[in-house]
Amino acid sequence: MAYVPASLSKPRPGAGQRLAARLTSRAVLAPIAAVIVFLLLWEALVWLNGWPDYVMASPSDLPPAYAQYWTLFLVMGWQTLWRTVVGLIVAVIFGVLVGMVMGFSRTMRDALYPLLVGFNAIPKATVVPIVALLFVGQHDFNTVLIAFMISFFPIAVSVSIGLSTLEPEYRDILRSLGASQTTIFWKIALPKTLPEFFGALKVAVTLAFIGTNLMEIVSPHGRGLGALFDSGKTNSDYPLMFAVLIALAFLGIVLYYIVVALEKIFAGWAERPQG
Amino acid sequence: MTNLIEIKGVRHAYRTADGPLPVLDGLELAVPEGGFVAVVGPSGCGKSTLTKLVAGLLRPDEGEVWLHGERVTSPRSTVGMAFQNPVMLEWRTILQNVVLPLEIVPNKMTKAQRQERARYLLELVGLAGFEDKRPSELSGGMRQRASLCRALVHSPEVLILDEPFGALDAFTREDLWQIMHQVKEKEPFTGVLITHDLRESIFLADEVVVLSGRPARTQYTLDVSLPGPRSIDQLFTTEAGEMLHDLRHQIEIAQGRAPADAAG
Repeated sequence: MAYVPASLSKPRPGAGQRLAARLTSRAVLAPIAAVIVFLLLWEALVWLNGWPDYVMASPSDLPPAYAQYWTLFLVMGWQTLWRTVVGLIVAVIFGVLVGMVMGFSRTMRDALYPLLVGFNAIPKATVVPIVALLFVGQHDFNTVLIAFMISFFPIAVSVSIGLSTLEPEYRDILRSLGASQTTIFWKIALPKTLPEFFGALKVAVTLAFIGTNLMEIVSPHGRGLGALFDSGKTNSDYPLMFAVLIALAFLGIVLYYIVVALEKIFAGWAERPQG
Repeated sequence: MTNLIEIKGVRHAYRTADGPLPVLDGLELAVPEGGFVAVVGPSGCGKSTLTKLVAGLLRPDEGEVWLHGERVTSPRSTVGMAFQNPVMLEWRTILQNVVLPLEIVPNKMTKAQRQERARYLLELVGLAGFEDKRPSELSGGMRQRASLCRALVHSPEVLILDEPFGALDAFTREDLWQIMHQVKEKEPFTGVLITHDLRESIFLADEVVVLSGRPARTQYTLDVSLPGPRSIDQLFTTEAGEMLHDLRHQIEIAQGRAPADAAG
């Protein structure tokens, strides 16, 4: 009998089977297993050391904390989430524009790099009180501003590098046909930069969360998960503080995977099959 | 027959940090309509600069470039280009890559007509069935064939080939030479081929121009007198051997390794 690869001779699975296969695949099971192992180790660490709550809460302390404050988690989680996302969107728009200017013009690149690096080197925690005083009472605006300021840098740098390292042949192919700079940007420069852009966006997502929470914790306007953390600290409710941290981590993971999904849609071509 | 491409007394220098670097110094070239000229010369002698001049991507410091009786001062869509690097857009399928020039050059074709034209060319070069593949799924030779289709899809008057087969292995290269002849029969064009492969130059072109070392000028012109239709076997005939020997000698002169003889 002729050789038939096993993958070809099997009947094609139905939709239900495919979903089941996806949910039990390595890509889903491996991270879940890692989280479970992490929680077990954490629980064991606290238990073995006999630490009380006020030294370090254990995972088993968290469900009661969530149960007790669960409406607060929803309201404040939403406040943190939308302000982070708005900050991120502004960072994407601004970062892409700055990246384009720097990517297309050598002069602008030379001129702006030191300024950008210097700005990025300033710890944003020091900017928080300045911003809070400058726009006093504008809580939403302040929080979005810090989230934006902390997260636009990697986007600007990646877009500028992507555009400035475009091979000249790519440009020549279109220029020789009489294409305008705008056409070259939309047809070649932009799509070619997308993989770098999404790489930077993954970094920016987590940075934006840090920015939002910095403002929420430092500036006392009582909104967002940062404020909930702060109230946990004031009331010595240690399990609540840890519960906030885990909620933040969860939101971060969700946003990260949204970016990964967008990357698959818009820059999936850059992923090469392994093996 | 009128000359479709005419290059008259072109001089050009690149501005570098160490002062101007002259690359072309009195270049003369004429290609009749439907002709196919190969340009050979020592490496770094300005062959690629020549392609940019014809494509209008570069304006010469001195001299004139004429295309179809018009002076070339800017890029024009009647030119198709293929490079050593096939420059495939990785995010597009092979078909979408080939269609690209039709999205830029003004034309009245519908989307379906554009795709039909691209499919026809892909079939001509033996890529039928690969239309929906991504460039990364194709071999180097296949990508180069697709790149050739893209250069031809808008029916350019002039096809500029800048060492398009340079990175391919010897057998794939010979396949592509034969494909080039088939393509030229179905889709006539006026061609300029930059190459450093002498066998390639006499197999494909009807005239071979040898450029001198940098700064380059036209040093020698050889009429390729191989009777058509050409086959790889012809490269092993005495005539071909003599032509190759002649060209080899001229390259050595260009490199400054052999004295220029009066008879040459």
